[in-house]
Amino acid sequence: MTDVMDSEAVPETTRADWQSDQEVRWCPGCGDYSILTALQLLLPDLGVRREKTVFISGIGCAARFPYYMNTYGMHSIHGRAPAIATGLALARPDLDIWVVGGDGDMLSIGGNHLIHALRRNTNLNILLFNNQIYGLTKGQFSPTSETGKITKSSPVGLISEPFNPISVAIGAEASFVARTHDMDRKHLQEMFARAHAHSGASFVEVYQNCNVFNDGAFAEITKKDARDDMLINLVHGEPIQFGSEGQFGVVQSVDGVEIVNVSDVGVESLLVHDETRSNPSTAFALSRLASRPNTATPVGVFRAVEREEYASAMSDQVMGVTEERGRGQLKDLLHSLPTWEV
Amino acid sequence: MTDVVEQSELEAVDRVIIRFAGDSGDGMQLTGDRFTTASAINGNDLATFPDYPAEIRAPAGSLAGVSAFQVQISDHDIMTPGDAPEVMVAMNPAALKSDLHLLTPGGTLIVNNDTFEERNLAKAGYDYNPLEEGDDLSGYRTISVPMTSLTKEACKELGVKPRDAERSKNFFALGLVSWMYSRPIEPTLDWIDQRFAGKDQIIAANKAAFSAGHIYGESAELGDQRVVVKAAPLASGTYTNINGNTALSWGLIAASQLADLPLFLGSYPITPASDILHELAKHKAFGVTTFQAEDEIAAVGAALGASYGGHLGITTTSGPGVALKSETMGLAISLELPLVIINIQRGGPSTGLPTKTEAADLLMAMYGRHGESPMPIVAAKTPSECFFAAIEACRIALEHRTPVMLLSDGYLANGSEPWLLPDVDGLEPINIEFDTEYNHIGEDGEAGYWPYLRDENLVRSMAIPGTPNLMHRIGGIEKEDGSGNISYDPTNHAHMVEVRAERVKRVKVPDIEVAGDPDAEILVVGWGSTWGSITSAMGRVRSNGHKVAHAHLSHLNPFPKNLGEVLEGRTHILVPEMNLGQLSLMLRAEYLVDAKSISKVAGQPFTAGELEQTILEYIEGKSKS
Ligand SMILES: Cc1ncc(C[n+]2csc(CCOP(=O)(O)OP(=O)(O)O)c2C)c(N)n1
Ligand code: SF4
Ligand SMILES: [Mg+2]
Repeated sequence: MTDVMDSEAVPETTRADWQSDQEVRWCPGCGDYSILTALQLLLPDLGVRREKTVFISGIGCAARFPYYMNTYGMHSIHGRAPAIATGLALARPDLDIWVVGGDGDMLSIGGNHLIHALRRNTNLNILLFNNQIYGLTKGQFSPTSETGKITKSSPVGLISEPFNPISVAIGAEASFVARTHDMDRKHLQEMFARAHAHSGASFVEVYQNCNVFNDGAFAEITKKDARDDMLINLVHGEPIQFGSEGQFGVVQSVDGVEIVNVSDVGVESLLVHDETRSNPSTAFALSRLASRPNTATPVGVFRAVEREEYASAMSDQVMGVTEERGRGQLKDLLHSLPTWEV
Repeated sequence: MTDVVEQSELEAVDRVIIRFAGDSGDGMQLTGDRFTTASAINGNDLATFPDYPAEIRAPAGSLAGVSAFQVQISDHDIMTPGDAPEVMVAMNPAALKSDLHLLTPGGTLIVNNDTFEERNLAKAGYDYNPLEEGDDLSGYRTISVPMTSLTKEACKELGVKPRDAERSKNFFALGLVSWMYSRPIEPTLDWIDQRFAGKDQIIAANKAAFSAGHIYGESAELGDQRVVVKAAPLASGTYTNINGNTALSWGLIAASQLADLPLFLGSYPITPASDILHELAKHKAFGVTTFQAEDEIAAVGAALGASYGGHLGITTTSGPGVALKSETMGLAISLELPLVIINIQRGGPSTGLPTKTEAADLLMAMYGRHGESPMPIVAAKTPSECFFAAIEACRIALEHRTPVMLLSDGYLANGSEPWLLPDVDGLEPINIEFDTEYNHIGEDGEAGYWPYLRDENLVRSMAIPGTPNLMHRIGGIEKEDGSGNISYDPTNHAHMVEVRAERVKRVKVPDIEVAGDPDAEILVVGWGSTWGSITSAMGRVRSNGHKVAHAHLSHLNPFPKNLGEVLEGRTHILVPEMNLGQLSLMLRAEYLVDAKSISKVAGQPFTAGELEQTILEYIEGKSKS
């Protein structure tokens, strides 16, 4: 039914075509707005059809996202979006599926689904809005909250160590891993476009400000005047260099990577960023440069490698067996064990 | 062979119950299975009951490691694998110790006496050798055979190492029992060739052991033991011997074809449901996708995702897995999407008895979710009926856009029976159409799409992703009826709760039929796998001149419309269940009748004898409580 359409050119759309008729209900000033806007503005440029686009989310503030998109969408249950999206992707490889969720949704209750979705490499664009807090339930710590944090559920200070979502994704064998933040529309769009273009599971961590329960969590690195010195922009094929004058750089060190003054080592000693390294160790080391978003932090694409996409491999198996044996006949199936006549 | 000639001269018995018991490593399931197939080909009616431990390799020779396979073969229609075996094969002391009490008084016991040495006796908890001392075996006819040494002897010439030869001893037992019941030999020899293809030594050893067992019967003056069970006068047609999980898997494939939708199975391995995953994984040529997920929650989530995409989404599991899936079932109820959840019940709670049967998840199926979240429930009653129960569950799910729970259990899953293959062209198609057009004119006069517009059965409209123009969002937050937009309005919520309840009530369910003596004062109401035991018990009670009626439920939610009438005016309503009285509780609540629970929670199905006894007690008025 839709095959006919596919051969036709994708109709031109504008931002308005991607906006649903539902009123957006995040708190005024919430970082989620700028992410939504960035994506709605980007989609017309991606050459995709609205009816072939699906947003699947779990529960949380971030997870309200699908309601605002004039596409197909499902607002499901807490943590399970990657699992539901995996079933949809396996059934319907023709669709363009985005998964949206918060740090609690995807790294706490849904952590298991996230890592397996990444490991399997199903064609999903997974966007994790990391605000380092539980927004919807009004301010408890999340698995990305910093140690010592005072929240409603940790009034004397949080004891546990946080996850580093990029490290988690790389450890889970993700084939595409990127980080961006809600203060830079262009960068958001660039990362979303790259994630969309990637075949397999793409993971994008978005630093997102929850101005009600965790205001300013990323301000030290994302404020306009701080960015130059605090954001390490990873660019494929380029030496990793940052700072208002390009005075800082990243070099390989004994047990990973470290930040140096370029004047001490020379530009030629800097690590040249290569997203496509099959060995994930360097990408992982880069993810460890900042343990919290209050020191120089890499953003951009950490890793983008080609790996077999799960849903197409699965449908190849189904088609392969069908071709080999012929389309199954129910009657033959019922006669496939020993039979006898009475 | 000469068997054909001989058969007519042999004494004929109408049925026999045989139990093969041995160590888990002794291959008893294989032996029982093979004997069953040979009997099926012989034209007998039969029913099987594999009874094996949860441990893959419990310590060899221990009581925990005893694995048994019971089969009843007969020359007439039977419903169960029988109560007490008349013949028991015990391959080691542990098997004797754990299962001897099951053997009917006067029954035949065939023991492998080679294993009755000190170490094995001690492992089974004997401080003496029951073959030589004590009176454990008095009252039975014991045939004590050195199976291990005779098997080794038979394999000697073949150059098979004694240790390897020993492994074929179950084929010796099979050969001996096959001789006793005059089973044809060739099919088993052919089967050994196929089953062990490429392993010539094993083929040779198994065949030698099988023949040695057969010859043993012939030569050891066991002639008076030899009988024949004639073919049963079954309806004519083509038969296959099928177990519940295979029938269920095939039913799912049939449903997918009847609905013309690809089948998607999301599953996580768990006994006794895993075989459905294994079976479906083999049938990709039917457009089947099987997805082994990271856990049960992901399995049901993926199935729901596939349903949302327009496929037939199914998830299979057992009780503990159902517990994990309950939140997603609630979501499916709220989304009003088709989904089939299959629960092959086992003994609980918690890990419970993974390999033993129980049917104690009825109330969980009915009420085990938060909020008012009703869901249709279908239950299978025999191994072969699992085929039709699967189709029925899929039909309800697809035609009513609802999750459906299909209940089977370990007893049906692994038990087998001959199945008269249905005419597949006669199966009724399943109707599901997805929307492709706008279905609503808004206040602004513009055409639009409302996902929660309903038909006369309150079934909502459904457009799948990929359909141009009909983009819409669905979710688990309460929604406005019609538009599907988020709504926290109190009256709308009350309305939606009612709608979801009414939707299930409007599922069409066939009237329940009453078997036996329809107007009898005593009515036995059953559901699920108790059908066989109840039917057999009924037969016995009625053949003694008593009147009793039997109604068996395949639909537990909604109940058949005529159930209230059927229950009315009985002196006793008896409800046998493998739980502490879950259906009886439902009947009491729904119909205000005094439904008496007859319960068994021993990890074993009811025997017909137990139920016969209970029914008779009520008839004779002894049990008036
Ligand atoms: C099974 C279940 N447990 C708990 C909740 C409550 N809950 C809703 S959202 C949420 C956490 C939200 O945090 P996050 O995922 O980081 O999203 P955010 O609101 O910050 O965007 C919790 C605990 C729920 N809805 N379902
Ligand atoms: S609570 Fe925080 S994350 Fe949620 S909408 Fe408000 S500002 Fe945004
Ligand atoms: Mg959060």
